[in-house]
Amino acid sequence: MVVAALVATAQPAAACAGLIGPNGAVNLLRTATFAGYHDGVEHYVTAFKFAGGSGQFGSLVPLPGVPTDVIRGGDWTLQRLVRETEFAKRAAFFGPVGAAASADAVVLQQVRIDALDVTILKGGGDAVGRWATEHGFRLPPDAPEVLDFYAARSPIFMAAVFDADAAKVRGQKIGDGTPVHLVIPTKSPWVPLRILGLGKSGQDRVDADVYLLTDAKPQMLPAPIGLNGLRSDYSAEATQSLLNDLRSDKGMDWVPTSGWLSKVVVDATASQLRYDLAISTTAAAPSPVAAGLEAPAKPLRDQSALMTGFALVAFTLIALGAVLLLRVPAAAKA
Amino acid sequence: MRPRSLRSLLALALVAFAASACAPADAGTPTINIRIHYSHFEPSTITVPAGVPVTYVIRNDDPIDHEWLIGDAAFHARHRTGTEATHGDRPDEVSLPALATKTTTLTLAAGTYTFICHFPLHEQYGMVGVVTAR
Repeated sequence: MVVAALVATAQPAAACAGLIGPNGAVNLLRTATFAGYHDGVEHYVTAFKFAGGSGQFGSLVPLPGVPTDVIRGGDWTLQRLVRETEFAKRAAFFGPVGAAASADAVVLQQVRIDALDVTILKGGGDAVGRWATEHGFRLPPDAPEVLDFYAARSPIFMAAVFDADAAKVRGQKIGDGTPVHLVIPTKSPWVPLRILGLGKSGQDRVDADVYLLTDAKPQMLPAPIGLNGLRSDYSAEATQSLLNDLRSDKGMDWVPTSGWLSKVVVDATASQLRYDLAISTTAAAPSPVAAGLEAPAKPLRDQSALMTGFALVAFTLIALGAVLLLRVPAAAKA
Repeated sequence: MRPRSLRSLLALALVAFAASACAPADAGTPTINIRIHYSHFEPSTITVPAGVPVTYVIRNDDPIDHEWLIGDAAFHARHRTGTEATHGDRPDEVSLPALATKTTTLTLAAGTYTFICHFPLHEQYGMVGVVTAR
């Protein structure tokens, strides 16, 4: 009975991806996202649900680093997280419970998962945007700025193309999900949120559920205080039953024996969502750069361009000096 | 080489460099440079002389396709519901592939004209500019 009730209340929420389809048609339903951080590795699990139609539909997801592994996600991780947090909320209602580039983009990896073609790309905003356009993505007008926003911090992107015809052939039904699990070593974990507003106009709503499993209670930036479009919906030590269930799912044997579960709800307008969610589980505050609230330091490439500029100015000054020197004896002769 | 010859050579090189850097697309025709960046036209307000040919050099710095269509309200009303995927055969309708530069020359009668990218959502996003010919 509990399971039935929980399934009925499980709301589809947004995966952290920009979804693009021809003429604005979006045929991938968006579901919840999970980011686990343990031993310096971010485990990012998101799912794409087939919503019918035909042809191909794409999605771009910025990543904090190069994945060492891209695999099919476990079958129940996301549903189990929904169940954990929904059950806790219901229980809380009735009373407390015990546990609370402009170079070309470089293709780093290509993986086929069910009817989903996943490509891991490295490149600047222009390069990734061009790659996406050349591969049939129809990017909305805000894409150039959003891609630059991400590429300045991490030039790694996941492009996922969902083949609706292949899904039909595979017998996938509307609502069937394809979970994708990325293993990303990083010192500075973050979850992409701004990309959720891709293609939306300023007052359009963005709704998403982000589940975090960390070794300790995390600090988040921006803090999910509600007024900024982010709300903390659940924050408690992870139960042993949850950890055991997650660990038993495919690719989830990394799940530690203890941890902290957080659920952050994104409920913002697209114009409000100008940031990502940076996480820290140490005494150090989360990085404002990782959160997209501060611009990163100039990349080395730009610094060398700056140095080239300085060199040109210096060369010009030297050349002018040489001309003046040449003029002196000429004037003296006259 | 004598200092005077060296000086003359250097002066000639400087003049040649300055000329190559500043030369208009077609001597005598006013040139307007328009940049497309983050799906906006820069500048978006332009004044040109009426009744004479003006060359527009439009540079798309975005990794996505855009278009530059200039005309009056009726012209844009037609294009808002148009189905042409690309333009290019008419001076007032320029298709701009990602990271491409195109040049077009137009002679406008005195008046106000709007230039817009009519790709889906681009006009709403702000890809609109105005040319005043006087």
